[in-house]
Amino acid sequence: MEKRYLRRGFALAITAAMAFAACTQTPASSSPSPSAAPVAKRGAGGDLKILYWQAPTILNPHQGTGTKDNDASRLILEPLASWGKDGTPIANTLAAEIPTVANGGVAKDFTSVTWKLKTGLKWSDGTAFTADDVVGTYTYMCDEASATSTFDVCEGVKSVTAKDPTTAVVTYANPNPNYFQWGVGFNTAILQKAQYANCLGAKAKDCPADQKPIGTGPYKVNTFKQGDVITYDLNENFRDKDKPFFKTVTFKGGGDAASAARAVFQTGDVDYAWNLQVEAAILKPMATSSTTGTLVTVYSNSLERLLLNRSNPDPALGDKRGEPDTKHPFFSDKAVRRALAMATDRATIATQLYGDGLSGRATCNALTGPAAMVSQNTASMDVCKFSLDNANKELDTAGWVKGSDGVRAKGGVKLKILYQTTVNALRQKTQDINKANWEKVGFSVELRSEPSTTFFTNTSPGGANHFWADVEMFTNNGDPDPTSYLAGWTCKQATGKANNWQFGGYERYCNADFDKIVDQLRNETDTAKRNQLAIQANDLLVSDVVIIPLIDRTQATSGVAKSLKGVDVSGWDSEMYNIADWSK
Amino acid sequence: MGRYIIRRLLVAIPTLIVISFVIYAILALAPIDPLSAFGADPRVPPEVRERIRETLGLNQPWPIRYVKWMTAMFRFDFGVSFLTHSPVIDLIKQRLPNTLAVVGVAYIIGVLTGIPVGMLSAVKRYTIFDHAVTTFAFMGFSVPTFFTGLLLIIIFGIKLHWFPFIYSSTLQVRDLDSFIFQIKQSIMPITVLALFDTATIARYVRAEMLEHMPLDYVRTARGKGLQERFVVLRHVLRNSLIPVVTLVALGVPAVFGGAIVTEQVFRVPGIGELLVTSISNGDLPVVSTVVFIFAVLVVLFNLFADLLYAVLDPRIRYT
Repeated sequence: MEKRYLRRGFALAITAAMAFAACTQTPASSSPSPSAAPVAKRGAGGDLKILYWQAPTILNPHQGTGTKDNDASRLILEPLASWGKDGTPIANTLAAEIPTVANGGVAKDFTSVTWKLKTGLKWSDGTAFTADDVVGTYTYMCDEASATSTFDVCEGVKSVTAKDPTTAVVTYANPNPNYFQWGVGFNTAILQKAQYANCLGAKAKDCPADQKPIGTGPYKVNTFKQGDVITYDLNENFRDKDKPFFKTVTFKGGGDAASAARAVFQTGDVDYAWNLQVEAAILKPMATSSTTGTLVTVYSNSLERLLLNRSNPDPALGDKRGEPDTKHPFFSDKAVRRALAMATDRATIATQLYGDGLSGRATCNALTGPAAMVSQNTASMDVCKFSLDNANKELDTAGWVKGSDGVRAKGGVKLKILYQTTVNALRQKTQDINKANWEKVGFSVELRSEPSTTFFTNTSPGGANHFWADVEMFTNNGDPDPTSYLAGWTCKQATGKANNWQFGGYERYCNADFDKIVDQLRNETDTAKRNQLAIQANDLLVSDVVIIPLIDRTQATSGVAKSLKGVDVSGWDSEMYNIADWSK
Repeated sequence: MGRYIIRRLLVAIPTLIVISFVIYAILALAPIDPLSAFGADPRVPPEVRERIRETLGLNQPWPIRYVKWMTAMFRFDFGVSFLTHSPVIDLIKQRLPNTLAVVGVAYIIGVLTGIPVGMLSAVKRYTIFDHAVTTFAFMGFSVPTFFTGLLLIIIFGIKLHWFPFIYSSTLQVRDLDSFIFQIKQSIMPITVLALFDTATIARYVRAEMLEHMPLDYVRTARGKGLQERFVVLRHVLRNSLIPVVTLVALGVPAVFGGAIVTEQVFRVPGIGELLVTSISNGDLPVVSTVVFIFAVLVVLFNLFADLLYAVLDPRIRYT
């Protein structure tokens, strides 16, 4: 369990009322509301056209390699419950209700969750769906030999059992505040036990069922051309007699984001175009002038931020380089960290590079979602206000004096920063903006970028995990429950040689006060108190300048036809989580 | 002749083995990772990645993987894709029709128009027609297909809205309507590719023809009082076509290789698109198999071109 905390989630920050800001749409769009969209009749619609510029390659999320596979399988395979827009589960799939401590579904000590399933559910082949299928999915995906990419949600799960045909019980080895870890969201898509009977363990590798899974969702596969297109027919055995509205779905993959944007905004050839990562300067005019489509952006907790190393990355230390028990030559001085934060101009980065809300917005929070856990206190903090004067004053007061080369020093230690990130046009531009500002207040900045394939690995000395640099920058996001995300900054999580750089505390931060907050969070059962603890932890990370938050990035940036109703993207689950409700 | 063919085929075996080794070695040593798609996703921790690597067989040293791959190949077992978990050969079978329908048709159009256009422009040298053809061929040859492709999409797909620019591989041609739709959806990629092929072949044919026109045998033919048409078609063209045949024959394997850029631009799910996405996804079994099949075709069509020589030029005899 503990190990999970290290690695899981990282998430981040924003200020405003997230609940309302969560789904921002370009003006003049009819705001689609899932409940308000009356679904005429099952199969009354024609073909729904979805376009992904990455093509799905497999229809089993447990064997998939990304969002494309998760989303394409979500039309067929469903988890017990979905993550709703506010980061809490909603019972729009197999579960009859969301278990809580109050309704007895969640054990008071957070060690088990009892799921009541809807009755009379059927698989698309007409056979009955039972709690045995839930157990079968657990057996399949949580067997190490199956090598599932979703295995992380199995960490700390002791068992999943069927109490009766409509009751499944998930038991954790230890009290788990993130008790919806197994069961909610695309990572626990439920497979048909009978279909996967011969695909357990080592046989999971090349299982034919992965090409044509039988599911409980609104659609079933007609043809699947791997890496190209999937056509679906509606599932006659779907639980809601009136849904789905569309008779067929065509899920086309491939191409590029820019022409996908044209297909939804300019020609109206498709109804839904996913992840339109197009330069803000091109996307914005296209979306605002479109008569056919609307740009839908949704935030969750994707945070682009700067990590400040607390250990000493000096190569002269040899084996001790970057170990948690070393001290950074100047970041151990809080004034230096504070000055660096004050000299960071996140507003300019947000406006110039992220289209001012198009693909991201400025934030000074470490935790940017769910809304109830977002701190309102950071906006007024001095470390969150860009001011080169304040940064200079902070350094002057602390005794860091500018030398003839313009670089500040104290006791022979110069403020020389090595700032690393991945190779990515947006990130290199961000580096340039930060470097220019930081050098104005007396830092000397060297930039470095590494291809993402060798950056995100624990084996590369130039990677994020070793963090043999002073500052590094990348995005991460996590589960709606922030416990594992925040636990990444506890003393135990400091990465280093002892754990083969697998732990998530890249900064090697250690603060007993912070550990205490996380400990309380692990045991607190009251929702309001949990939110308060998360905010407290966030405020400490920001005021102590453990990280410098930059941009709250959109989780979804999709183009939706104006005629399409019912699209209501949740930033916490697959964009297809409520496709049964879509209509025209 | 028969012995010559057998000898050439036997020589091809070691050639192909060397080629396969080089292909595999380059791919194995290249820094492409089938797991890089996971990026920094903390939901896929290191030990999970390690287990996936293991099931893909990536924990073995690459020379051992090569020997396994090669011996399986002799049994016509082309391996299983890392990403789709389905046999590579199925993926190729699925995509070949799309490639043939677009790249193949474009190639046929290119050859059928390139030869007469090149010939006419040589015969009518320095006329307006020749200048027009030369200019057009020069442009077709030098403007990259991704540029002409995007240009066509913007003009005919977006502004005029005449043709769809998302290729549908699920379309089944059953009646006139679906046939017209097939033409509509493939006309832009075919135009882009045919433009390039026509230009290449026309330039080649023109140059060959011009080289032969002043030769003695042509003068002799004219001196015999043969009609000019007969001189051009029977004498000059036939001799000029010998090198063109090589060019055309060696272009055929390229058709099977698909059009990497054009297929990507128009979302035609062909072999070229498969190759490109497989490279970026680190899907090694697909990449190595597609490239190897391509190598086999190149070797075979080389032989085929050599044999055609003998047919076209009676002076060449293989023993």
